[in-house]
Amino acid sequence: MMNFIELIVLAVGALLLGVIALWKRKSPAKLREIPALARLSRLLGLSVEDGTRLHISLGSGNLLDMRGGSALAGLAMLRHIAERTSVSDAPPVASAGDPLLGMLSQDTLQAGYKAAGAAELYSPSTGRVAGLSPLGYAAGAMHISTNENVSANIMLGHFGSEVALLADAAERGSTAVIGASDNLTGQAVLFASAQEALVGEEVFAAGAYLGVGASHAASLTLQDLFRWLIILLLLGGAAAKLLTSMGIL
Amino acid sequence: MRIITVFIAMVSGLAILAAYFLKGLFPVLGALQSQLLNAAILLAGVAALSGIFNLLSVHAGKVRRGEKGGIYSALLVVSLFITFVLGLILRPGHEAMQVVVMGIILPAEAALMGVLTISLLYAAIRLLRHRADVTGIFFLLTVVIILFGSATLPMIGSIPLFGDFSRWWSQVWALGGMRGILIGVALGTLVTGLRVLFGADRPYGG
Repeated sequence: MMNFIELIVLAVGALLLGVIALWKRKSPAKLREIPALARLSRLLGLSVEDGTRLHISLGSGNLLDMRGGSALAGLAMLRHIAERTSVSDAPPVASAGDPLLGMLSQDTLQAGYKAAGAAELYSPSTGRVAGLSPLGYAAGAMHISTNENVSANIMLGHFGSEVALLADAAERGSTAVIGASDNLTGQAVLFASAQEALVGEEVFAAGAYLGVGASHAASLTLQDLFRWLIILLLLGGAAAKLLTSMGIL
Repeated sequence: MRIITVFIAMVSGLAILAAYFLKGLFPVLGALQSQLLNAAILLAGVAALSGIFNLLSVHAGKVRRGEKGGIYSALLVVSLFITFVLGLILRPGHEAMQVVVMGIILPAEAALMGVLTISLLYAAIRLLRHRADVTGIFFLLTVVIILFGSATLPMIGSIPLFGDFSRWWSQVWALGGMRGILIGVALGTLVTGLRVLFGADRPYGG
């Protein structure tokens, strides 16, 4: 029975995503302002103008388990950043704490360069595996922001408490830090240590705010729809329990 | 080529997903799912090797170009080479390899954890510099309440009533917020997965 409900939710979700994406192509979405994402958009332009580098940290999420969702969101953002900043004097660097994610970051960067018509400028060393454990990754990636003329660190992926080391290194190098994680500990640490932090599902909203495509804007609408449905179900469940305890139901 | 990549990714993803729900009805889907997952695990193993070569090439390049911090890169390349060769010859279970893990890697990670504690404390101290707003104040207040609620003070022991208040605060307010955030993250993950599954997002360069 549960399997059947899950299948229905997925099928309805996929159908709605397609329909809303078609609708969003005709009428662009109006989005509330998220300061971190507004700043991210400004930082992309600034890094090209002043010839500094962006460091995109994708975290140590494994694509074969549930931590892969935020890593995939990070890759979508990386593709857009590569496309917009590929012609900069100092191209962006992506670091990952998982080998599969590292390979995909190289592929994504290359696709971004191709889309910008600058395929010859792509260098495989801009997509790196910085370490194979969360702490090892933090130790490897924290030197990128201090040693490679980085003006902003954008952390989007699966991070735990080790992200404090990355944020601290960036802070010492006077670089801007924008952070987002799907992990609660990582979110709390980023909230305290990053200049701009994305909380909760905002980690998945970067694509829509950067104008990656109609499917990203459609995702936000679909998330809102599902959220309202969950709120109604929770309230309905609470009301039913209350009425049952009062003997009305 | 691009279309073929997208097609393979979509069909594999849909087959694995379909098997979760329908393998009772169609056993062939279960067999296909396990074949595809085994292939993915195998590829992930190869990717780990490729990741190590990537790490090696980036740091070797730093040493060659004489970049800032090149000495650490040289140390990493030499250590990696020695450990890799030793691991191949002696096998990971050998005593010498255990010494490398227990005597070098674990203490280094423990030291990083120590640095992390200081970084977190420093982040908490400067929190209000970044976020002097209601959210920042509530965040800090929650940290203080939970910290004092779980601490035992010298001479006094647990602070009277404070432990109960702290438990109520963490079980009702903090846990409620946490669940809200987790529901949001789960929805985001679901929708991102659907985008990748139907080829709207192609993180494989397609």
